[in-house]
Amino acid sequence: MEDRTMSKLQLITKGLIKENPTFVLILGMCPTLATTTSAMNGMGMGFATLFVLVLSNMAISAAAPYIPDKVRIPSYIVIIAAFVTILQFIMQAYTPAMYETLGLFIPLIVVNCIVLGRAEAFANKNSVIDSACDGLGIGLGFTLALTVLGLIREIIGSGSAFGFKFISGDGILVFVLAPGAFLALGYLIVLFRKLTAKK
Amino acid sequence: MEYIIIIISAIFVNNILLSQFLGCCPFLGVSNKLSTAVGMSGAVCFVITLATLVTYLLQYYVLVPLHIEFMQTISFILVIAALVQMVEIVLKKVSPSLYQALGIFLPLITTNCAVLGVALIVVTKEFTFGGEPHMLNLAESVVYAFATSVGFGVAMILFAGLREQLALNKVPKAFQGIPIALITASILALAFMGFSGLV
Repeated sequence: MEDRTMSKLQLITKGLIKENPTFVLILGMCPTLATTTSAMNGMGMGFATLFVLVLSNMAISAAAPYIPDKVRIPSYIVIIAAFVTILQFIMQAYTPAMYETLGLFIPLIVVNCIVLGRAEAFANKNSVIDSACDGLGIGLGFTLALTVLGLIREIIGSGSAFGFKFISGDGILVFVLAPGAFLALGYLIVLFRKLTAKK
Repeated sequence: MEYIIIIISAIFVNNILLSQFLGCCPFLGVSNKLSTAVGMSGAVCFVITLATLVTYLLQYYVLVPLHIEFMQTISFILVIAALVQMVEIVLKKVSPSLYQALGIFLPLITTNCAVLGVALIVVTKEFTFGGEPHMLNLAESVVYAFATSVGFGVAMILFAGLREQLALNKVPKAFQGIPIALITASILALAFMGFSGLV
């Protein structure tokens, strides 16, 4: 009910800190851990999810009154899958290199819990515009989290930031590999909790 | 021989959870207790193997002949959702005790990215098991899917055991819950890195 009284701006900003999907809600862990080997990849994945999130939120909020309650989850998944397919075409055409790098994780946006979670928790009972704002906010929060995580892993793991190398030689390679992803995210959540608890 | 390589590679070297980050949501979500982890692993094992078999046939006997490969994401997720539903109905009738054990986990599996992930890997990625890079054939795909899901189970059960021990210890407030789990997972992933180069 609280959501109803929020302004559009609040809807967008709440996704960044208060309801950050990665650090607070802890959703969508698979792409978060897998694609953040560098800041650029993290940001690419974040924007790809943002795209699907905004459009699917709008479509679902528009279609929700006509979808019978019993089949709503499969219907939402089909709507989301349709937008993911559109995204795949767009990325293949305009950012083929990024599409190659993210690979499997682009089609896997379909089963990202954030997208389905927002559809179920917000879009199906709010207006189209509000849902778009909510999608934008959560999507930006996700992009921010992935970029920060990617940046940290890239700096420690390969001594560069957004592809610009500032340390000669190799970094601590393990941060680019699987264990570093878990470790960096774990400590980042702790840091986030510490910082937000003070306010 | 080739099958043994596939199995070892899928279970240990390229463990789906700890090196490919597929299926992280249940990995972090339902690994609090050993018994639920076992139930989840069993259900996932069953569904991944079945889903890969069906989606493989769908890909090569429907999508490729009709030249509608772009429908991959949508059709796969629909097939998986339908399959999970069917498995649920069949299990309820045939083996009520198994249904009781797996019951609550089955609906969750539709949005487990490991299932869609493995189905997509099998039809898109070239493997180098036993010499030349090649696409997997049907038998290899099913073996790969089964071994992958066993790998999921191994990691899941090990992790649940660790978390049960962890629950007995005093953890700093900011680390409670997910962060300490992530750091534990990091150490587990580090241990699994020891297997790299085995195959």
